[in-house]
Amino acid sequence: MKIATGEGIICYHCGQDCRDDLVQFDDKSFCCNGCRAVYGILSEAKLGAYYQKNEAPGIRPPRVSAGRFEYLDNIDICEKLLEYSDENQARVSFFIPQIHCASCIWLLERLYLLEPGIQQAIAGLPRRRLTLIFDKKSTNLRKIVELLASLGYEPKITLDDIGKPRTQKRDWSLYAKIGVAGFSFANIMLFSLPEYLSHHGISDSHLSITFRYASLILALPVLLYSAGDYFRHAWAGLKGRFINLNVPLALGIGMLFFRSLYDILFNIGPGYLDSFSGLVFFLLLGRLFQQKSFEKLSFDRDYKSYFPISCVKKTKSGETTVPITRLRPGDRIIVRNQELIPADSIMISGNAAIDYSFVTGESQPQNPISGQRVYAGGRQLGGAIELDVICEVSESYLISLWSDQRFVSPAKGNTTTLANAISKHFTAAILAIAVVTAFYWLNHDPSKLVFAVTSILVVACPCALALASPFVLGTAARIWGNNRFFVRKPEIIEELFRIDKIVFDKTGTLTHIDKQTVTWHGEFSEYDKSLILSLARHSTHPASRILAGSLTNIELRDVSDYSELPGKGVQGVVDGHPVKVGAESWLHSNKRESTQIAAPRSFVAIDEKVYGYFQFETTLRNGLDKTFEKLRARYDLVVLTGDSNASSAPLQSLVGSETPVATRQSPFDKLDYFERQRHEGTRTIMFGDGLNDSGALRAATVGIAVTDDISAFTPGCDGIIDAEQLGKIDRFLAMAGRCRSVIIAAFAISLLYNIIGLSFAASGHLSPLISAILMPVSSVSVVLFSTIATRLMARREGIA
Amino acid sequence: MSVVIILLIASVLVAGGFLAAFLWAVRNGQYDDLETPSVRILFDDAEIISDKKPSSFPKE
Repeated sequence: MKIATGEGIICYHCGQDCRDDLVQFDDKSFCCNGCRAVYGILSEAKLGAYYQKNEAPGIRPPRVSAGRFEYLDNIDICEKLLEYSDENQARVSFFIPQIHCASCIWLLERLYLLEPGIQQAIAGLPRRRLTLIFDKKSTNLRKIVELLASLGYEPKITLDDIGKPRTQKRDWSLYAKIGVAGFSFANIMLFSLPEYLSHHGISDSHLSITFRYASLILALPVLLYSAGDYFRHAWAGLKGRFINLNVPLALGIGMLFFRSLYDILFNIGPGYLDSFSGLVFFLLLGRLFQQKSFEKLSFDRDYKSYFPISCVKKTKSGETTVPITRLRPGDRIIVRNQELIPADSIMISGNAAIDYSFVTGESQPQNPISGQRVYAGGRQLGGAIELDVICEVSESYLISLWSDQRFVSPAKGNTTTLANAISKHFTAAILAIAVVTAFYWLNHDPSKLVFAVTSILVVACPCALALASPFVLGTAARIWGNNRFFVRKPEIIEELFRIDKIVFDKTGTLTHIDKQTVTWHGEFSEYDKSLILSLARHSTHPASRILAGSLTNIELRDVSDYSELPGKGVQGVVDGHPVKVGAESWLHSNKRESTQIAAPRSFVAIDEKVYGYFQFETTLRNGLDKTFEKLRARYDLVVLTGDSNASSAPLQSLVGSETPVATRQSPFDKLDYFERQRHEGTRTIMFGDGLNDSGALRAATVGIAVTDDISAFTPGCDGIIDAEQLGKIDRFLAMAGRCRSVIIAAFAISLLYNIIGLSFAASGHLSPLISAILMPVSSVSVVLFSTIATRLMARREGIA
Repeated sequence: MSVVIILLIASVLVAGGFLAAFLWAVRNGQYDDLETPSVRILFDDAEIISDKKPSSFPKE
């Protein structure tokens, strides 16, 4: 009698509980043979230091079938995957989602010790990439990938990797512009000091002239290079007949420079070049701060990054691997356990249990029998099945849905940010003040007119407008990122300021895809359950995994004569008793197959007597009760799901009795719903997880993908949230509202500075010194206020 | 006064040198990945008993 536990003991390699199995080797405990094997490989190659960098850094290698990487033998595929290749060497770059710690980097960069053909390896943590250069004569792509997989670092190679060309160049121009602006700012400030610090001007006029012209020379690259974008964007805005934030900015920057130029050329004064370069510097810093993007995630995935590259085709001479793009109607293909169905096909043979939850939202696996149609994108959960392809990959029913224009083209309207909206009023106000001042001085002292008016334009610093938003939203985006809610760019947070309706998908979003609960209907003793479990363990069907998860501390019995009958169930002789587990119609030969079973039931017969059945139910995620209570109070909630499960009392009680729950929603139904909302002007958030939500996520005002595993596929969206953080949505949304208040407060502070500055300017008293002090002080205080206030708001909402 | 001119030019040259170095570092991709080098520093290659050394990475 083997007891299926090593429970409580931690695997030396991967750190997981040795619940399923306990393997002892070299005085250490491992949870499975896979982990032990990796340990063996590493210690033989003297790479034991892998385990010193981190506690249990390993990844448990999944059970892979032998021919899994056969497609890498195909020359065409290799050509497309390699970044660079000549007769001797080749370079390839992999995305390896399992990279998570120092040990991973350490091991992967020393791969040459395990495979001599690898000449160089560089791994990166943020993007989880591994770039290799290898000798084409001594090794090839397939051997490398198999090595990586055997260590637990299988690279994720999808259809997406073949399509696009490799472009990795990062844009460094913003850094360069900041460098130039900062350099000039600092030096011009130094050059201005002598003039400011001496009471009656510098005694030696040559010196002052030298410093002024030196400042001018340093200021030129700032105007032409660093500040260039602001002029371009302002011009573009004016041409399009709308005033965006860049207009007052460009006005201010330009006026500062040209006024200074005038002053210096005509020897009137030192000009405002330090304010000028300082302004540009701070603005660019704001832009850098706002550029925060989460590199390890991708928000633009489409179905291509979900599909594999190849599949196994059966030909007269045996089995070959073909790229899925080459599949034609009539091809006979084999889809193995955990693999995706690449194209719409007809079932031929095998035990099919297809999980469509990602593609249609259907929570229960379908069991099509021979002759029935299966769709591309479903994941086979049972053993290997044979299928006859009906149409090409790109013409599959579901793929043609995704290619539909409505899913592809961005449906989002023009986003008018708060700053842009206010900048219109700001510009108008400044111009009005300038005009009034002009009239005043015209009548009182015309000689001061030019001075006063240009001073107004100089000091009217919209820098708070330009700095408040980036720093508030950038800080918020970072804090949210630390709480595993990643937005594509900080501006998305502004979209969350005013939301009317929140829409949820059900399967995978509100429910756990992997965890299901088992309910027993009938008289089952512990002994009976042990018989059932022992039998079920022989099946690759996920049901057996779920059963095993729910039945702990059960002794396993010996099983003989095990067999699986497609469409019916499994049977065998356990501990001397014949046991059958399967469909009702099979066990109760006199009972009709009842229609409308809400959830699949597995009936059990021991010794030819039916004992009852057990049922799987999808579990809702924990801890959402309070969240939904709070959300219901502030927003309208709706649930749209592709699931056909009509009755679900737990779900209804979670979301509230007034919340409409619509089932059997196709991807098009969901898309239509959002287009209607947009028509009515309702602002919506969509929470979804699978391909079936792609359209909805794009059509909603803000689309957020929910995922259990950040490195797994997520459809195109505006934000990604870790499923465990779903309970904090109400707090995130509340914080978004507070961010809006912080931005407005920052505007108010800036208004204060502007009033002070303008009073100096309009009265003709604005000296370069005052401007030089006012501008940096206002910028820095706005930045500090924005950042600190946002952090306080986060803490107030309970987001660390 | 002439000394100050010389100082001015010298200081601008030195500062300019630093700016050039910064721009070179950015172009060289040193700011692309700020996380991994911090991890690599702690590696100790003496832990592996091997005579194989990684060859230099050819730049593309």
